[in-house]
Amino acid sequence: MSALVSVRGLTRVFDVSKPWLNRVLERQPKALLTAVSEVSFEVAERSVYALVGESGSGKSTIGKIVVGLLPPSGGHVEIAGVDLATETDGARVDAVRAEVQMIFQDPYASLNPRWRVRDIVNEPVRARGGDTAGLAERLLQQVGLAAEDADRFPHEFSGGQRQRICIARALASGPRLIVCDEPTSALDVSVQAQVLNLMSDLREDLGLTYLFISHDLTVVQHMADTIGVLYLGRLVEEAPRDRLFEAPKHPYTRMLFDAAPRMDGFGREVDPPKGEIPDPINPPPGCAFHPRCPLAMERCKRERPEMRSLGATRVACHLAE
Amino acid sequence: MTTPVLSVRDLVVEIPTRKGLLRPVDRVSFDIAAGEILGVVGESGAGKSMTGNAVIGLLDPPARIAQGEVLLSGQPIQNIGREALRRLRGKRMGMIFQDPLTSLNPLLTVGEQLTETILEHLPVGNAEARRRAIAALEEVGIPAAAARIDSYPHEFSGGMRQRVVIALALCAEPELVIADEPTTALDVSVQAQIVALLKRLCRERGVAVMLVTHDMGVIAEAADRVAVMYAGRLAEIGPVREVLTAARHPYTAGLMASTPLAGHGRRRLRQIPGAMPRLGALPQGCAFHPRCDRAEARCRQDPTPRVEDCGGRAACWFPLSAPADRQEAGA
Repeated sequence: MSALVSVRGLTRVFDVSKPWLNRVLERQPKALLTAVSEVSFEVAERSVYALVGESGSGKSTIGKIVVGLLPPSGGHVEIAGVDLATETDGARVDAVRAEVQMIFQDPYASLNPRWRVRDIVNEPVRARGGDTAGLAERLLQQVGLAAEDADRFPHEFSGGQRQRICIARALASGPRLIVCDEPTSALDVSVQAQVLNLMSDLREDLGLTYLFISHDLTVVQHMADTIGVLYLGRLVEEAPRDRLFEAPKHPYTRMLFDAAPRMDGFGREVDPPKGEIPDPINPPPGCAFHPRCPLAMERCKRERPEMRSLGATRVACHLAE
Repeated sequence: MTTPVLSVRDLVVEIPTRKGLLRPVDRVSFDIAAGEILGVVGESGAGKSMTGNAVIGLLDPPARIAQGEVLLSGQPIQNIGREALRRLRGKRMGMIFQDPLTSLNPLLTVGEQLTETILEHLPVGNAEARRRAIAALEEVGIPAAAARIDSYPHEFSGGMRQRVVIALALCAEPELVIADEPTTALDVSVQAQIVALLKRLCRERGVAVMLVTHDMGVIAEAADRVAVMYAGRLAEIGPVREVLTAARHPYTAGLMASTPLAGHGRRRLRQIPGAMPRLGALPQGCAFHPRCDRAEARCRQDPTPRVEDCGGRAACWFPLSAPADRQEAGA
């Protein structure tokens, strides 16, 4: 399998300083928030790569950089060999743009309420001057809605149906890669099951590749082939799904698995994890996880661990073995 | 048997609208004993929060309790008037909401908010109230409570804020706490901390807790009993282990089978076809029958049964008897 997406040393820094006059008056330095820090991974063609992490771990930022909604501050993202941020050949950029689509978390905010569903679904093709005759009708049927729904407005649909419209729109330009940013977090479980099943079916029928972003470990375990665990903007562990859940190597991954509520955990007494995610503006030196890590040593406070391979797992921890 | 702390009997909440009378809560009955956590689950619009708000007297007009009783330690409180209810809230009933940022006043320090509640409900002076406020913050696990009591809510993280809300709900030592999605806005690791805290406080103080959530995992780990709601009605109620592993109501069984389960890999999820009906368009007969694969003629004609009409466990004319096999259901 070849890599469709290749992310190398990706870094994104946001300037969250106060306006310059406040900074001068209050004598405050610039505040820089490192949302993503030197993340590298590859997504194989026709696979599902999941990024999991808690809020502030940088998972959505990576998704936005991959589709080109945000420029990276450092590092590269190549899709099918093209780096959208630096490629100068317009034709190649155009070709890749059509192959990448995104599904957002909130199906209420991501559809224009004043457009008919037909226009929403056709938009990615029309914007490129393509032929849209009958396209919306066909796509709506493919995602389990009716062809007549094309004439309706988004407010006439339930949350699950809206997410289906978003999926239809994402499919319109015939993409190879779809970045799914928490596609089912806003949905109820029975509707979530419908959407997840639809996404699995489409992947098999159309040979799609998903970059799947979620905080929900059970959903990730259900969907992903390979999982990358993020903590404070850093990739701390990456492994094939079964291997990650059977033998998590990084102490943070283990903590996350232990803390997640389990449906068969009746009366389970969890020893809850200590502390909270540190401030990303002033991240701890060395390993970002060391203040909460039960295994932390002197070295972890000084030296940021490199990503290293342990069999099929890649892990960024001095102690993992 | 001792009197349960909270006893809800045939509760009906109605909202008059131009298009007719809606019933977001329809003939719901349950008890919560001291030291017990009752989990209330259901999808959005099932009436879970509305039930909690009705119990504590925080229904937004025009919604109102149309029928039924709410008994707090045997004493009816559903129509005692706004002022009397206001004195009960905070003193005998505490409330924890989903979003800790909107349930705290951003203009007052957490200490001011805590001492205000304590002075209102307990016969103590200013110094004693402040001492108790610090103790309450310590109890919910806020480090350096004495130093942080004069901080404003925005100076706390999300998890710490939710701890402040819990301290606020518990500082007047109530008998009943209603926690409405207390961990939904929080990350997994913080959620585990808050759930552990709720369980500990419930056990140590013998508080009755009504835990409203849509997260089956949280229910499994925290609750003693669980009530499953669907379209304003109670679908099933019983001990948490029995309801989650051997559901009797087809909706509960469907809900369990459609939740991705850790350790089951990528099997196909079972889906419940369709979506929950809107309150204005409830089908005739059992509200679940259009989505139910066991529905028969009776389900389409007779009104939704109450749990009590069907043996006290599931509100279904044809309940599942054997434990639903998840593997088989998923195939």
